[in-house]
Order: sequence, then C-alpha cells, then structure tokens
Amino acid sequence: MNTLPRWADLVLLPAVSLLVALLAAGGVVALVGQDPLEVIQVLVHGAFGTARGISYTLYYATTFVFTGLAVAVAFHGGLFNIGGEGQAVMGGLGTGLVALWWSAFLPAWLMLPIMMVSGALFGLAWAAVPGYLQAYRGSHVVITTIMFNFIASTVLVYVLVNHLRPKGSMSVESAPFAASAKMPGVHEALGAIGIDWPSSPLNLSVMLALLAALAVYFFLWRTRAGYRLRAVGSSPSAAEYAGVRAHRQVLVAMSISGALAGLVGMNEVAGVSGKLMLEFVSGAGFTGIAVALMGRNHPLGIVLASLLFGALFQGGAEVAFEVQGFSRDMVVMLQGFIVLFSGAMTYVIAPILARLLGWVSKPFASKTTSGAAHG
Amino acid sequence: MAEPAAPAVRMRGIHKHFGAVAANAEVSLNVASGTVHGIVGENGAGKSTLMSILYGFYQADSGQIEVFGQKANIRNADDAIALGIGMVHQHFMLVDTLTALENVMLGAEPHWLIERAEAQVRSKLNALMASTGLQIPLDSLVADLPVGDRQRLEILKTLYRGAKILILDEPTAVLTPQETTQLFGVLKRLREQGNTLILITHKLKEVMALCDVVTVMRAGQVVAEVPIAVASIESLAQAMVGRKVMMGRALESPTHKGEMLLKAEHVSVTDSLGVQRLKDVTLSLHAGEIVGVAGVSGNGQSELMDVLTGLLTPHLGQLTLEGHDFTPPHWLDPSRARKLGLAHVPEDRHARALVMAFAAWESAVLGYDDLPDYSQGGWMNHSHMRQATADMMERFDVRPRDTELPSSKFSGGNQQKLVLARELGRAPKVLLVGQPTRGVDIGAIEFIYAQLRALRQKGCAVLVVSSELDEILALSDRVLVMNQGRIAGELPIAQCTEAALGLLMTGGAA
Amino acid sequence: MDEALVGSMLASTLRVSTPLIFCALAGLFSERSGVVDIGLEGKMLLAAFAAGAVGASSGSTWLALLAAIGVAVSMSWVHGLACVSHKGDQVVSGVAINIIAVGLTAVLGAAWFHQGGQTPPVGPEVRISALMPGLAQAARVLPVLGTVLGDGLLGHNALVYLALALVPLVWWVVFRTRFGLRLRAVGENPQMVDAAGVSVMRLRYTALTLNGVLCGLAGSYLVLAQSAMFSPNMTAGRGFMALAALIFGRWHPVKALWACLLFGFLDAAAIRLQGVHLPGIGEVPVQAIQALPYVLTVVLLAGFIGKSVAPKSLGVPYSKER
Repeated sequence: MNTLPRWADLVLLPAVSLLVALLAAGGVVALVGQDPLEVIQVLVHGAFGTARGISYTLYYATTFVFTGLAVAVAFHGGLFNIGGEGQAVMGGLGTGLVALWWSAFLPAWLMLPIMMVSGALFGLAWAAVPGYLQAYRGSHVVITTIMFNFIASTVLVYVLVNHLRPKGSMSVESAPFAASAKMPGVHEALGAIGIDWPSSPLNLSVMLALLAALAVYFFLWRTRAGYRLRAVGSSPSAAEYAGVRAHRQVLVAMSISGALAGLVGMNEVAGVSGKLMLEFVSGAGFTGIAVALMGRNHPLGIVLASLLFGALFQGGAEVAFEVQGFSRDMVVMLQGFIVLFSGAMTYVIAPILARLLGWVSKPFASKTTSGAAHG
Repeated sequence: MAEPAAPAVRMRGIHKHFGAVAANAEVSLNVASGTVHGIVGENGAGKSTLMSILYGFYQADSGQIEVFGQKANIRNADDAIALGIGMVHQHFMLVDTLTALENVMLGAEPHWLIERAEAQVRSKLNALMASTGLQIPLDSLVADLPVGDRQRLEILKTLYRGAKILILDEPTAVLTPQETTQLFGVLKRLREQGNTLILITHKLKEVMALCDVVTVMRAGQVVAEVPIAVASIESLAQAMVGRKVMMGRALESPTHKGEMLLKAEHVSVTDSLGVQRLKDVTLSLHAGEIVGVAGVSGNGQSELMDVLTGLLTPHLGQLTLEGHDFTPPHWLDPSRARKLGLAHVPEDRHARALVMAFAAWESAVLGYDDLPDYSQGGWMNHSHMRQATADMMERFDVRPRDTELPSSKFSGGNQQKLVLARELGRAPKVLLVGQPTRGVDIGAIEFIYAQLRALRQKGCAVLVVSSELDEILALSDRVLVMNQGRIAGELPIAQCTEAALGLLMTGGAA
Repeated sequence: MDEALVGSMLASTLRVSTPLIFCALAGLFSERSGVVDIGLEGKMLLAAFAAGAVGASSGSTWLALLAAIGVAVSMSWVHGLACVSHKGDQVVSGVAINIIAVGLTAVLGAAWFHQGGQTPPVGPEVRISALMPGLAQAARVLPVLGTVLGDGLLGHNALVYLALALVPLVWWVVFRTRFGLRLRAVGENPQMVDAAGVSVMRLRYTALTLNGVLCGLAGSYLVLAQSAMFSPNMTAGRGFMALAALIFGRWHPVKALWACLLFGFLDAAAIRLQGVHLPGIGEVPVQAIQALPYVLTVVLLAGFIGKSVAPKSLGVPYSKER
C-alpha cells in the first residue's frame, strides 16, 4: 500500500474492497438462483425505507459501533483484539448483575450509569488480562483473546444456569430487571416530545455509541495518552526513543478496548431484553472487526461502517422475510468477504488499484505506511 | 609475472546505482586463484555492494564478471553457488533450533530420508573438518554454539556446497582475539588447499597478516590494488581515508572549555550473543565544545549513543549528568534524559527520530508532549503544537512548510532538519547526534553544521557520532576514535591527520 | 470405577478427539512453516458441508471425502494467496475464512436442500461405520478388559484409526524427511532457507496443501462418521480447541496428540460429571470442565506451566530483503 496516495488509501481502497466483496457475495446469491439486484433492492428498502426499518438499522449499528471502536483502539495501539465477543459477553454480564442486585432499590438516573460503568469494567477486566499477559509475559494476545471468548461464554452459561435462573424456570435466562434498569427506547423518548415513532429495540444507547465514538476520537487524537498509544502502535522504536513505555501502552490499549466492547451490554441487555440471556452478542464482536477494517480504524469511518452493517443485518432480515430461499446468513457471508477483501487481500487489491490510478492520473511517488503491527 | 592460469574472479567495469547514489563506479577486481585477497574501505566505500553482486544478491547495472576464466551471469545465490562461490555473511544465516549438521545439509540434502542424508553428509563433513582443521560439534543445536563455532559452521556450509571461492564479510567483527587467531589458521589452511579467499574488512592489521593482495575502495571506486609485499598499514590507511580537505574551516581559538556536563565511566555492554560491544569506555563532555566520535560503524558507536541517551542499560559503568549519577540497573531513561537537558538526534531517522505515519507536527512534539506549552492536564494543545512546528519549519527552513504532511513524505534532509529543530528547540545542555547528515542534500548540510556550531557557541556540549570522516573533521574540537568497542585514541583537532586517524580507526596504531 | 465406564469413556474420548487430532495436525503443518492458521474452524466447517452435500447427493463415500478435501485445500490456498504470495495479515485472513464459512454453508445449505441449513442424512452405505465390528464383539466377552477393548479401542471407524495413525506419520514426515527439515527451518528463519536456494513460497504452499487435506478429513469425520448430516455451525468451536491443543502440545505432533486426547477426555467427562459430587470439591459445574481446555492453554501461554515457544517466523510475512 506504499504507492497509493492518501485519499485513495482512506476512501477508494475500502470502497473497492467493498465492491469486490459485494461481487463475490452477489456471485453466490446468483449461484443459488436468486437475483442479486432484487436482493439488493429489498435489502436497501428494508434497511432505510421505513421508520421501523431505520430504527432497527440504527439499533444494530449501535452494538457494532461499540465493538468496532474496541477493535480500532487496540489496532491503534498495535494489537489485534479478537476478543470483542467475549468482552461484550462479560460486559453484558456486568450490566445485568448490578441490575439484578439493585434495580429494585435505585432510581433510573442512578441505576443506568452504574450499569454502564459495571459493563465497561467487566469488559475492561476481560481484556486487561490478555493485555497483561502479552505485555509482561509475552503471551500472544490473539490466541489468549480467542480462548477468553470461549471461557466467557461458558462463564455466562454457568452463571445463568446455576445462579441467576429463577427457581423452576426452564429457560436459560435471569429474572427480569426492575423498570429502573431499562434504557429508554427512542420511540418512548420521541413520544415524550410529541413525535410519533414506531416501537423498536432502538434505545438511547445509540446516543451513548455516538458519544463513545466522539470520546475515542478525542482520546486518540487530542490527549497525550492517546498520542502515546498511537506512537507505540505506529512505531514502537520511536515511542521508546520518546520515553514511552510500550508495556504500559499495551495494557492501556486493551483495557480501553475491552471497556468499549463491554458497553454492548447497555444496548442489548439494558436497552432491549431487560434481563440477562444467552445470545445477546451473537457474533457482534466479529462484525466489529469488519467494521473497524472498513472504517479504517477511525471513529467516523466506524460509525459509517456500522451503519452499513446495521443496514445489512436489518435489510437481510427483510430479504429473508420476502424473498424465498434467502436467509440472513448471506449477510454473514458478505461480512466474511468484506473482512477478507478489506483486511487480508488489500495487498492484492492495492497494487492493481495503484496501477489503474497511474493510468488515470499522474503517478504519485508517495509513501504511506499502513496500519499497525500485530502484537 | 605472467599468469598462465585464469584469475579465480575477474570483475570489469562494474557499475551499480541505488537511486542517485553510485555504490560502485567503474570497479574492476582481479582475484588470483589460490590467494587471499583483501578488500578494504570505510563505510559506504562499496565493498559490500561489490561482493553482493558477485554472490548474486544484486545485479550490476553494467559490467562483466568472469569466474575461472568463464563469463558468468550471476542472477541469484544459486548461480553463484553453482560456480563455486560461497559467502560467509556478517549476520549468520543459521536456524537456531536445528543442529549444526542439519544447518549444513539444508537445501543440499543428498537423500529425502534424513537418516540416510545425515550419514552421507556426516562422513563428508568429517573429512572436511579433518582437512581444514575446522572443528565443530555436528550434533549440537546452533542455539548452544558460541559465536566462534557458528562462524566456523558458516564456513563449513560454503565448503560443503563445493565453494572454491569464499567471500568473508567482516569475519572477525564478532570474534575474540583467540577466535581470530584460530580463524586465521583455518583460512591459511584453506588457501594451502587451493581455495581462493576474498576478505572484506576494515582492519588493516589483519589484512597485513593474512592477505596476498589488497584492493582499496573509496566512495564507490577502486583507488589502489597492491600486493601486500609493497603495502604498509600507513599507506593503506591513507588510501582508505583519502585526502581530507578541512572544509574551509578556520580553526577558531578554542572556546574556553567549560564545566563538565556529562561523564561516562567504564561503560561495558555485552550483547545477546555474548559479544562485547563496548569495552570499558570512559568519556566526558564539557560546555562549549563539539566532540566527534569517528570510526567505521559497527565498532560500538551505536551502543555508545544508546547508553548515553538511556535507550540501553549497560552491564557496567556509571553516568553522571547534571549532577545525577546513574549506575545499572537503575540507568537513565529517555524521559529523564530530556528532563535533565539532554537532547538526542538519533542515527536511525526512520525507526527512532520520527513516527513516519504521523503528521509533521505530531512528530515535531515526539518526546516533548508533556511540556506545559504543549499540553495541560493530559490534553494536547493542537494549536500551540502546530504553531511551534510552523516556527520550527521556518527557522530551520523545512520544506514544504506543511505541518500536516506525513513525516514520511519529507525528503531526508528536511526530515533531519525537523528533528534538529525539535531537539535544538528546547535549548538543551547536552546534544548527542548520530550521523547528522546521512541522506541529507548538500544545501542542508552546511545549515546543519552552522546550527551545531551555534549551539557550541551558546555553551552546549555536543557529541557527534559519524562514519563520515569529513564531517567529524569539519565540526569537532577534539576527536575520539572508536575501534572494537574501545576508544582507541583521542586527538585534538589540530593533530588530526589522515594517517593518524586512519591508523586509529583500523586498529593499526602502535 | 467399573470397566463399562472406562470402556465408554475411552470410546467417547477417542470419538471426540478425532476431529481435534486432524485439525491440530493441519495447524501444525501451517504454523511450523510460519503461517498462522486461525481458520481451522472455518475450513473444517466448509469441509463438513461439502462432505454432507456431496455424500447425500452422490451416494458415494469417496466422492464426499474428495469434495471435503478439495474444498478445504482451496480455502488453504486462498489463505496462501493473501498471506504467502502477498503480505496480507494472517490472523485477519483466518478470521475472514471462519466468518465466510459460517455464512456460505448456511446459504448454500438452505438453498440446495431446503432443510433450514441442514443437509439430508447420508445413506448408511455412505457412512463410515465401525471398521472391525466382529473383532470388537469378540473382545467384549473377554474377562476384565472386555469392554475396555471392545467398546473403547476396537469398536471405532476407519477415520479414528487413521487419525491415530497419522500422528506417527506426521512425526516421521516432520522430523525424518527432507521436506520436514526444510519446513522446520522456514518457520524459524525463512531468510536462511531462501539463501540456501530453497523456495520459501513453495514450502509454505505445500504445508498449506497438507493443512487443507487434514482439515478436509476433520470435516468429513463430523458428517460421515459422527452425525450423518451437516447442521449449521456443527464444528462448535472445535477448530479453536484444536489450535489450543496444538499450542498446548508445543507444535509437536505427539504432544499435540496428548493434548487432543486430554481435551477430548474433558469433553467426554463434562457430560458424565454433571450432578456428580466429587469428594472435597462438591459438584463440578459442567461449564468449568468445558472451559478447562481454554484455561489450560492460557495458563501455558502465560508461562506458568512451562514455556511454549512458537516457530520464530510465525505470523511474519516473508519478503526478500537486502
């Protein structure tokens, strides 16, 4: 990616990768006898064509913003955090536990922030351990976070089945929280000011997600701590020269990353289900990787990419409903193609793109260094 | 003397450019068969490039190569090996987790079954070891072998592949004196057996002891090719270093040597392979002087810089800076160094001095982001930082004047000026500079020298490490010469002649 | 503990460990050559789907096996294209393969077989059944060791024995052949191998091809020997468990075998220990046993029970640098 000018690297390359992924997915769609164009039409309409559709799109996007930011912060610190899935699970657990304990006694304006902090802390802890092991014991963070993903789901099952399940209940879920633990839905908030909006899982966590994106932006580019983190991720040797301690930055990066993933609990547990269940993350951690890659690890890009994936998920559900033989798994497949082409295959695509650009305009003799090393 | 046999290697008219730099310019080399031929020169003289061309790592832009009288087209290492050329690299190409035997065998295994292959290789190697006197334990893991053994293993590898012409690149760089003597014995025996040896080195004592013929290279060209009988260390040193014109420098009356600002005593550093990189180094820096550290790179200069700036903790020694004493394990660290008024312009611009992906203004605050002007309470003041960077760019004429441009997009000279602006901008008491004008265009060089001289006038202590002798002579008040991890000698500028410096640099001084 | 329990535990252990062994050996080839393989899970899943789909529609065991192996090898080559021929990130590529596998198998499964993602069960003639039922039956009547031998050891199908037999074979290939020597070298110091005149790319692609074949066998086992049909997400994380076993086994075939057997045993034990009170510990939650393989791997990686040193060039794309 050394020969692409900056604008091409940031905007054109992800767009082209997306296009290639769409073509690949479209190919599979055509292979199974569907019409790719029809599918796309239904998908876009399903995601954006109705108020209800938009709400669902935004609701899905909210979770992806959290997991995408988590991956991005770690990337800026030079690490690949695949553990977003497990960190989100633990975050949800943290959110739910305090809700179960205290929601009957505390008002919403106290309960909700406590839930948020708890979720973030649980996610932080779940990421900090692999971070510590990488920094101080040299254990590869990719492997440990994968292991922690599995351990997290077993922990959740154990806690739900053995401790939180109300006596006599057969379903694997906790008792419902009291009303103070519920994150208000957007349709409720809009209704309070006189706007009629269809009910949906979309809740005020969407504001939280936007705030988080803003906070990450300010942290990474406006604070000294963020500056040092990015220095370590970009050039550990220069950071060492500047007196930055790499070990500490690794820990910081993973902790922040885990805390962000932990906020998923607010959207899913506090915002939607009102109780602790098993499948509230279901792959969002991995979607976060796709979102971060597409969004080039920038909060603005991540918000946009999250919208894209939210639209795919919501639109995909509509297509599954309307088009015979289609299932939501096509979105999962597309997601995989996106990760492949905008993540691993960029080195295949970029030179081709650079050559095409060279035909079109004067060749730029620029040198951009790409992303972070993987710790 | 009429040579009936064709030379082992004849290279004619070799040209090789890397960008605008001519690494080899019209180079010719004649290596007679069955001799030990030395190639000497400073850094950047072109000797490694020439040998890389011979071994197939690079292709020459133009020129011809003949091996044993036959025209040769050497496109890669395989071609070279097929012609009987073997190379013993400075950085060993060995797999630590395999045995010595397996390392020799790799790529030339005589059988697909390891057991059968090993039996065949072992008998051949035993014969080789007996005839050459090179002894190594074949079944030891390379990780367990000392450095001297690893090098012998490298030589054995090339002989096993049928090399009749061996290129050795700075072979004694990592050896103890004893191991060096042993190596010489081996090399002499190889010569007796009819092998041809080409020795790349800058150590003239070894050249005198071992070689039959010497080629001297300087700035990409061959300046001399003499049989050892008519050579002397002094003449070789002079040819290597050349006539250095002290660039229009008026030898100003030395500024009154001020107080001692930095002192390092008995510093010793051993690297992970057990090789001593710094041996009992002691030096001091005083206010109002520029001290130059000369020497062929690889003789401990980098380690010295790292130790003095806090990037490397030595095994032994003491550092005194601004009245504070540091001994291992509680050594100086880069942040502390900066707070004590020490500034550092690293020799590795790309890896250390700048974050290449960062914008210019972000690199311009590297190491200084905690200054009250730049940030308060952890929050960075972008406008101040950008303004400061703009000022830096103005004062040091960094082009283009674009604070947002990624650091990687500036030319080498402008990058260096930015780094200098940053480090000088805080009025340091001590400045350590490594390779100040490497990769810098002519226009910027004089500017940089002027800045360093101005610093000296203000009472700063400046240490300049450079492999460019011109530079050292242009800037220094006194010159320390490093050789083999030691300070081989110190000369005030008035006594720095090419001969004297050359001798110290090549370890040939009495 | 009566022999019936020992026999059935042994049987379960071997049955559960088999796909783990295939995958761990697959990962061994790839990672020993320096290429990280997170995608074992995805390749196994795709192979299982191929085996189920082709097995059900063609009625031939061999075609099903070939299809499974073919699909897995193709994915390994895609991984190679991104990461070996080019400098793509090996972890990202592996993650991508896993996600694609989940989606693609579900899409194709639903579209081709209309059973909600499942493939129809393969016929009994396609299934790989017990290899030596007669011998096993005969062994059962023996005193003392009867059930242990009959149920535990002799009653398995060919793929189980193949997996076990592959362990010494892989050991022999890696440590006793020229290819194996070069493989181990390229995982530690590809520069050296290149300088010795051996193609780094060819070595890695060969390793990836072997990797694909073994993943294909793993997937085939799930469908042809274990459950007779493909169901969505049927690998259930076993590819990752195999990766953990590989690391736990320090990238050595025999040690990885023990790790796979241990993890398989834990899996088999987890169900049986449910509700059982162990002296001094009380009731062991099944989830704790399920988490144990992963916890053990982390503990090992943290260096608390010895060191696990990865091949030195693992994860680093190779570029000829001068």
